[in-house]
Amino acid sequence: MLRLPLAAAAVFALAIVSLFVGVSDVSIASLVSGGEDGRAMMVLLISRIPRTLAIVLAGMGLAIAGMIMQMLARNRFVEPSTAGTTESAGLGLLVVLVFFPDMPLIGKMIVAAVFALAGTALFLRILREIPLRSVLLVPLVGIMLGGIISSITTFFAYRFELLQSLGSWTTGDFSSVLSGRYELLWIAAALTGAAWLAADRFTVAGMGEDFTTNLGLNYRRVMTLGLGIVSLVSATVVVTVGSIPFLGLIVPNVVSMLMGDNMRRAIPWIALLGAGFVLVCDIVGRLIRYPYEIPIGTVVGVVGSAIFLYLLLRREARYG
Amino acid sequence: MIITKGITKAYGGTVVVDDVSIALPTRGITSIIGPNGAGKSTMLSIISRLLGMDAGTVTVDGMDVTKTPGDVLARRLSILRQDNHMSARLTVADLVAFGRYPYSKGRLTVEDKRHIDEAIAYLNLEDLRGRFLDELSGGQRQRAFVAMVLCQDTDYVLLDEPLNNLDMKHAMGMMKLMRRAANELGKTVVLVLHDINFASWYSDYIVAMKDGKVVNHGSTEDIINPDALRAIYDMNINVHEIGGQRISLFYD
Amino acid sequence: MADVLMMARRRVEPAHVLAILCAVAVLCVVLFMTLGARGSWSFIIPFRGAKVAQMALVGYAIAVSTVLFQTVTHNRILTPSIMGFDAMYVLIQTTLVFFIGGLATATIDPRLMFVLETVLMVAFALALFRWLFTGAQRSLHLLVLVGIIIGTFFRSFSSFMQRIIDPNEFAILQDRFFASFNTVNSELLLISSILIGAVSVVAWRIHSTFDVLALGRENAINLGVDYNRVVRLILILVAILVSVSTALVGPVTFFGLLVANLAYIMIGSARHRHVIPAAALLAFICLVGGQMLLERVFAFNTALSIIIEFLGGVVFILLILRGAAR
Repeated sequence: MLRLPLAAAAVFALAIVSLFVGVSDVSIASLVSGGEDGRAMMVLLISRIPRTLAIVLAGMGLAIAGMIMQMLARNRFVEPSTAGTTESAGLGLLVVLVFFPDMPLIGKMIVAAVFALAGTALFLRILREIPLRSVLLVPLVGIMLGGIISSITTFFAYRFELLQSLGSWTTGDFSSVLSGRYELLWIAAALTGAAWLAADRFTVAGMGEDFTTNLGLNYRRVMTLGLGIVSLVSATVVVTVGSIPFLGLIVPNVVSMLMGDNMRRAIPWIALLGAGFVLVCDIVGRLIRYPYEIPIGTVVGVVGSAIFLYLLLRREARYG
Repeated sequence: MIITKGITKAYGGTVVVDDVSIALPTRGITSIIGPNGAGKSTMLSIISRLLGMDAGTVTVDGMDVTKTPGDVLARRLSILRQDNHMSARLTVADLVAFGRYPYSKGRLTVEDKRHIDEAIAYLNLEDLRGRFLDELSGGQRQRAFVAMVLCQDTDYVLLDEPLNNLDMKHAMGMMKLMRRAANELGKTVVLVLHDINFASWYSDYIVAMKDGKVVNHGSTEDIINPDALRAIYDMNINVHEIGGQRISLFYD
Repeated sequence: MADVLMMARRRVEPAHVLAILCAVAVLCVVLFMTLGARGSWSFIIPFRGAKVAQMALVGYAIAVSTVLFQTVTHNRILTPSIMGFDAMYVLIQTTLVFFIGGLATATIDPRLMFVLETVLMVAFALALFRWLFTGAQRSLHLLVLVGIIIGTFFRSFSSFMQRIIDPNEFAILQDRFFASFNTVNSELLLISSILIGAVSVVAWRIHSTFDVLALGRENAINLGVDYNRVVRLILILVAILVSVSTALVGPVTFFGLLVANLAYIMIGSARHRHVIPAAALLAFICLVGGQMLLERVFAFNTALSIIIEFLGGVVFILLILRGAAR
């Protein structure tokens, strides 16, 4: 049981490392000496700490959102970016930019969340209509739906000459995170806490509608709660840093392999692993082409799709 | 007492359960038998509020199942369907513990833990406690699900074809266990069964369905006889008495 | 869409369908060449003619490669692009630039690069062939999902390498990476035509096996087809066709799916002698007609690929909903 604090310490250490990586010189020495009029301290406070916090919060939130989606869809291969959720949030954001460009960030996030909710609900609706539902068909439909939604988004972005802003949400990037521009992510953190409180409900929902009803829970209500959390988390992340694919897929799968799906036990691990994974990918992206930066979406895309492929083929090896 | 009044369910023009009114006796084992497509499983799902009905009412000890809060009913009646595909990876102990959810909403009390241990012991699952469900054989998994339902500690236990996928030994073990639960724990067990010999040997009461209707119901002796069986299955079935129990032979 | 379904219901003779498609195609070309033409014909005809030629090559390549790929894999939702072929081509391009260097690549004859990339594509197709057809029978859904994820992996990896390449060098190459239906890649038109001609000759020589292959592996072997050899050959042809279309206009994920399935519906049978020309004509009509409508009638350009992606995605989900994905 000591393993959880150890893992937390490891993630904390990674976060500290992440604070001291970057173009501008921030080291313990420069912080203590306060040279250059405390410039190092300023960089730390305005850029580095917000960035590291954003990484940790987004990593935790997306991993938990993926877990909840997997429980609700009862499918291991579903997460916000394979269910049309992320793409719908992007469409919502575009709508705001076109019609209400002056809306404050929180308003943008709410509209994006509403779109994300609608998109995910549509996905679950289509799933119900499919005659032959196989485990792998579910993410396939989700990816296709996401493709359709994002082609709508691209179409209108093209017409309204917003393709450039579109690029900033489709590839996650932490480099523009500054103090004052990431705080929405605390909502994702709060939702992660809420998910922990409702952990048992999601485990029960993961056992299916009949089980849930048998145990006296209102299935519809659990679904709504879960979808709400997933949509809000996806929307906050898309609005603040852009989409990070596969994260919600890999982390819960790894945790599930190690310790099963009792959410009460698994959620702290998923949160920690999610944060740790994004921290590592971000540090790699910052160091590999120093002083240039490779956006986190790209790094996670490479690492994530490789791990996803491994999970798929490993599963095949196991079940033949 | 479970009482249904005029329950009817249709899927796009096909009536699956047709105006069924019946009172299922309290305590003991009641088996629902009948040919494929008779509406047995659908009726069980309607009784346990897993499925809505188009007309009629179901009451359990006077409580209307469609109006009673879910968690209240979950402390009175439990249901296990036949195909329990589960994508969530849970250990046996986790699964059984969820049987206590209607009582404690996940915060297990000492009392809950006692129930969990008892249910696990009752189904001889002590050695498998920490194993994940996907690592178990079909029979072991079925036992784990039954343990969860027993852990729910309800007066009424409804099982839809619990012998599906079980070999003879495990099927017999399961039925013996139901018998014990009825005798020792005073439960009312309602089963959907395909094998009329299992029904005959272990039940106190049998309900026969055909084409969505209850065509006959009564004690084992009332149902397990050639005339009554012919009316249900449209075939000649010989009934022999062996060791004081009725056994049907239907092989030509 | 409604007309198409009507046609399928009335069971029009395949030959008549092809004749109608030919007529529509000619009409599209005439309209495309003439509508909104201003200035001297000596400029317009070669300018727009090159565009039409490119769209003909691309439509033909995508349609034929998709139908053949679906025949070989025995289903109607797999396409080469869904299996990551296009993304592979982009990755090969990027990798070559990465190792040779951007400035050096810019000085190499693009035709030479193109041939090199095509050779690598064929190697990839052969590797895929080994995985697809050896060992355990794999579920269709696994194949598609693996294909999509491989595609994502290739795309992410390409953009990863593009980031690592010196930004200045990368700028030189941007033109090569991002093509569209509307810009003519004139350097590659001739060599593409030659490659497509060669592929067509080879395909023609083995075309009698196509319908047999569609019956399934066991039946094809029973009827005396050298299954592995023919399938391998077809995948090589597919790889070349995909290289051509991706080099000319860049990756288009769902276009093949769209035209192949429209062709199946309109022809009503799976006879390749009708399906393949129908698919190719449909692809050509979609490209030329769509481009004409967008450019001349609605007056916005290059959004055609987006609309095609949208329609293709919708067709895909409809196919699944109708239970086609068995």
